[in-house]
Amino acid sequence: MATETQAAGQAAEEGAGLVFHPMDQFIVKPLFGGDAVAWYTPTNVTLWMGLAVLAILALLVLSTSRRAIVPSRGQSIAELAYGFVYKMVEDVTGKDGVKYFPYIMTLFMFIVVANFLGLIPGAFTTTSHLAVTVVMALAVFLTVTLLGFYLHGISFLKLFWISAAPLPLRPVLALIELISYFVRPVSHSIRLMGNMMAGHAVMKVFAGFAAIIAIAPVSVLAISAIYALEVLVAFIQAYVFAILTCVYLKDALHPYH
Amino acid sequence: MATETTAAGHVSPESLEAAGICIDAHGGAIGMPQLCFDWFPNQIFWLVVTLVVIFLILSRVALPRIAGILAERQGTITADIAAAEDLKAKAVEAEEAYNRALAEARTEAQRIAGEARAEIQAELDKAIARADAEIAAKSAESEKAIAEIRASALDSIEAVATDTADAIVTALGGKSDAKAISGAVSDRMKG
Repeated sequence: MATETQAAGQAAEEGAGLVFHPMDQFIVKPLFGGDAVAWYTPTNVTLWMGLAVLAILALLVLSTSRRAIVPSRGQSIAELAYGFVYKMVEDVTGKDGVKYFPYIMTLFMFIVVANFLGLIPGAFTTTSHLAVTVVMALAVFLTVTLLGFYLHGISFLKLFWISAAPLPLRPVLALIELISYFVRPVSHSIRLMGNMMAGHAVMKVFAGFAAIIAIAPVSVLAISAIYALEVLVAFIQAYVFAILTCVYLKDALHPYH
Repeated sequence: MATETTAAGHVSPESLEAAGICIDAHGGAIGMPQLCFDWFPNQIFWLVVTLVVIFLILSRVALPRIAGILAERQGTITADIAAAEDLKAKAVEAEEAYNRALAEARTEAQRIAGEARAEIQAELDKAIARADAEIAAKSAESEKAIAEIRASALDSIEAVATDTADAIVTALGGKSDAKAISGAVSDRMKG
């Protein structure tokens, strides 16, 4: 059986002193023993999502509880996050997109906090999972599409009919636009999940090399470097996800090119 | 179930089925755990719960509060700027009042100085006039005295001349005629 050969291979690896399990960190485990993962089982997903909720609560609610005119450090961060996302929504979607700001703020805060929590050694990175990112991307895709049809009716389809292009080209462009439109949720979700997974897996691989004494310093340096990069990626991917959501939302609000 | 895993590490088909095709006998991942569809319902359920909770926290508490804080700060800043401008205007006004008072004081001082000068001038003029008058009176008096002296001197001269002429006439042996002598003296005196 495949598992037996793998087990044998693992034994051989362990014998050589090198242990690579870069993907083990992504395993979903029930929190309170057992193996079965039903839809309601509290798992490490639950734990780290719960921690994300607590972190957001601390960051945006507790830190602003004093409502100081001259903000404390925590309140500054909360105001900064608010201003950052608000300005992004306003800049990209325009004034009429501002009423969707809480939804985009929710997505952004969840992703950015989950990404950073995932950077804690030993943490479980919820945003590195396809199921999580796909649900969010599909939610954005469906919401935006339905909103487009709701606001503009059938004329929302003009999004694909680029009136600025020469007439003979328009059907071709419409086809390309249509394909790119439906690829959106795929790229939207896989971009985030892939970035998070790849970074964490690479760190694990470098960590595996640390078992060899000669390579250990290089390995430690490499982990530090990758970690620094991952700190950037953690923020940038949350930003990218949020700004793409804004761009899609703008298409739904103003489908005419 | 998975507990049926044998001590030798062999995996029974049931345990493999129970744990899905995602974990091997050692608890390691097989392939990408991200593609383990057995875990999808769990992740999706908890994700939805999490997002709903975050959305409620943000839309009910956090965002209105932060918006309120920012608006309040904006209001405070605007009010402070208005107050500062008000104070600035007041300062300008106070400076103008000060300058006005200064100018008034200066004109007042000049007026007082002018008045004093005029007063002094008037007194001086008066004193000069009085002195002039005194001088004039005194010189007139002196002139009168001189004239008197001159007149009395002339009288004396006439008397002396009459006496002298009388004496000379007598000495020469003539008979002195008092009337003729005084007439001759008077004629001579008249020039």
